Order: sequence, then structure tokens, then C-alpha cells
Amino acid sequence: MKYSLFLGCTIPARSRNYELSARAIALRLGLEFIDIEEFSCCGFPLEASDEIGAILLAARNLCLAEEKELDICALCSACASMLTKTAFHLNNNQNLREQINKELSKIGKEYKGTINVRHFARILLEDIGLERIKEEIKRDLKGLKVATHYGCHYLKPSYIYEGFDDPQYPLTLELILEAVGVTNIQYRRKKDCCGGPVLLSDEAIALTVAQEKLKYIKEAGTDCMNLVCPFCSLMFDANQKGIETKFESEFNIPVLYLPQIVGLAMGFGRKELGLNLNSVSTKELTAKLGI
Amino acid sequence: MKRVNLLESDTDFIEELDSADFIGGFRDCFTCGTCTAGCPVHRANEDYNPLRIIRMLVLGLKQEILRGNIIWLCSDCYTCQENCPMGVKITDIINHLKNLATREKNVPLGVSTQEKLLKDQGKIYIIDDFDNKKRAKVGLPSLPAMVEEAKALLRQKWNRET
Repeated sequence: MKYSLFLGCTIPARSRNYELSARAIALRLGLEFIDIEEFSCCGFPLEASDEIGAILLAARNLCLAEEKELDICALCSACASMLTKTAFHLNNNQNLREQINKELSKIGKEYKGTINVRHFARILLEDIGLERIKEEIKRDLKGLKVATHYGCHYLKPSYIYEGFDDPQYPLTLELILEAVGVTNIQYRRKKDCCGGPVLLSDEAIALTVAQEKLKYIKEAGTDCMNLVCPFCSLMFDANQKGIETKFESEFNIPVLYLPQIVGLAMGFGRKELGLNLNSVSTKELTAKLGI
Repeated sequence: MKRVNLLESDTDFIEELDSADFIGGFRDCFTCGTCTAGCPVHRANEDYNPLRIIRMLVLGLKQEILRGNIIWLCSDCYTCQENCPMGVKITDIINHLKNLATREKNVPLGVSTQEKLLKDQGKIYIIDDFDNKKRAKVGLPSLPAMVEEAKALLRQKWNRET
């Protein structure tokens, strides 16, 4: 199974732990990632100020994958959503498609609609499957309590995702965790946003939204969080210290990416999964597992 | 509570947006408030209220929407849109309103800075030699600093528009 790996902007610069762990478990499970150096930003950061510019960037990326005849595997939820949404609109709106292709023709490209875009977690579930993942389990994670944060763009807007999962009662990420033997913890406001996109316009609101979520996760009693997006990780992991100071509270919740947890179950070591690169220390967590 | 002045209503604005691709149909809103009830930003700051934005739109209060900062507080989380019993594409609408506000030069510095970065680099973060060294150290492939073709694509569009 071969995919073009779409890293986007944030992951290669700021979230090497996500990239490392995703590549490690993909290799183990027989997913082959092809890197396309010419990929640019997905377009998402432009959506609020220049929606056509955003679609143009996304469409160019789709064309690059089409040229290689490879479906796209995206690690970032915002990238997955921007690329999927663009493909959806270009496939369903002839006027927009003509307008975008006219621009693309100036750099010798044309969107044809021949490939699909999916998030890494969705590919794990749909193409690899839980049974195959279970075959690779080498370490017992029984008793590890994990609170999953789905975030927004992994599931929404639902009209672009063809019925994948249910944004009202999401389950997919926890199905993967259940398969690798951890205990899924439920908590209030589980479906809420991380607050990340508001950082650009009002930092206080953004941090308040993230703080509320950390508070409920702490209340529920958990060993760590599980997530699949570098923006969510920025809010909960990188900004956790700042939130603790601002709100005079203490959380100390390690925030892991899904493949870091799956990788632990598969027997990988701390460095192979980039667990030494997380902002909130993961040492206590892995010591508990005897690593 | 501030009074609404309907003399400011721009009916062309209502017609144009309500029949637009992707975002039309907001006049189906029957003010149930499900959007605001589920909104995480509203819980953090009551000034932000998606129902109010949709009502302002239905009343055609174009300048009030586009000149204020309220639309910029939307976190793009799609909770309101997914919950709306009438299928109003609330988040997609607010995103389009942000685009219209940008054209009127009402745009947060963070958003315009990102736009400039993309125009200059084709991506938000440049991957320089230092980054590539750090990547190589943990066995990750090296990446180019910026993407010239993406820059060119955006620049030709923007040059034509400005």
C-alpha cells in the first residue's frame, strides 16, 4: 500500500515526534510513504482571508499527487480537511473547477479528480485494519488510561467526509486505542475544539478554550491525552505550561500523538517515537510501562 | 442591548450571499440557538454568538458584521454547523464573511502575516539547514526551504487583483 505523505508546514518544522512515530508504525504495518518535495502549504491558513487562493494551493498539491498516481495520506487534520474539501468542491462544482484549472494551467497543471485524500488514522482503520494492528502488539498497555481529543477537522465538516465516523459520537480513534490495549477514558466536553485557530485573533479566548478541556481531562483521571493534529498538540502540549501559569492551575498531562501510543504497543522505544521531543515530559508515563 | 437600525439593511448583500454557492440558505434559520448553545468560544467569551451573526446577516447588517472583530473569534470548529437542525452552513458562512472583511482591510495581524508568509515562501515555516540537520539527526528526510511554484501561483493571482 503506497501513499504520498502530506506533511504540511507545522509537522516537519515543529512536530517531528508526530512524523517520526507515524513513519515508524507505517513501516511496520507495510504502508509505504512517498515524499513529494514540491508539496506546499495545504492552503488552510489562507482560507479565512483568501478562500480562492487557499483552494488554488490545495488543488496544486492534489495535482502533484495525481501526477504520481498516489492517494494522499495527511497527518495534520487541517491539511486533511483542506485537501478533502477542495477535492469535494472541485468534483461537485464545474464552474469552480474551470476557474481553478484556468489558474493552474499557467503552471502547466490540471486538476483531474483521480486521487483520494485521507487522514493517517482513517487509513490505519480502513486499509490496515484493527486485526492487522493487533498482530504487531508486543507490549502490554493494559491499565494505561487515555483521554482522546478528536479535534475538529479530522471529522468536520462532515459533508466532505462521506459518512466517515460520526462527529456527534466519534469512535474511530478510540477503536484503534482499544485494539492496542489501552483504556479509553471519557470526559466532559470531549468533542470541543482546542481553541487553536483563535490564537491569531484573541489569545485569551484560545487559551481559555484549551484550559477548559484540560480541566475536564484532569478531573476524569488520565495518564495521557491522545490526538492527531499538530495544532491541537500546540494548544495542549506546547502551551500547557503557559496555561498552567495563566490560570494558576496544575495539569501535568502528557499529550501524545496517536502513533506514539500505537508505537508503544508495538514495542518501539522512546526515541524511535520521538517521546523525548514532547513538551510535557513523558518520562513518568513510559517508566510506568517499564521503559 | 444595542438597537438594530434596519435603515442600515443592505438587501442586495442578503440576496447575493443567500443564493451563493456553498453557503446559501441561511434564511432557513428559525433562531433556535442550538449553534450558540454548543459553541466553545461562546462559553469562553459571551460576546461571541454565532446565532447573532446569522441574524445580523438575515437582517442585512453588512457593515456591522464586516467592520467588527466578532467574526474573527470563530474557531472554525464546525460545531454550530454540524448541530444546526436547518442545515445552515454557519461555519462556512462565517469563513466567507472573514474573506469579505479582509477585502475591507478588517483582518487580524496574525492572519495577514500568514498570508504574507505563504506569498513569500509557499509555506508557513521555512525549513532551513538547521531544521534539516535536526531532521537528519533523527533519520527524517530533508525538505526544501520553500516552494517556488506555489509562491508563483499565489503571486500571479494577487498581482492581478491588486
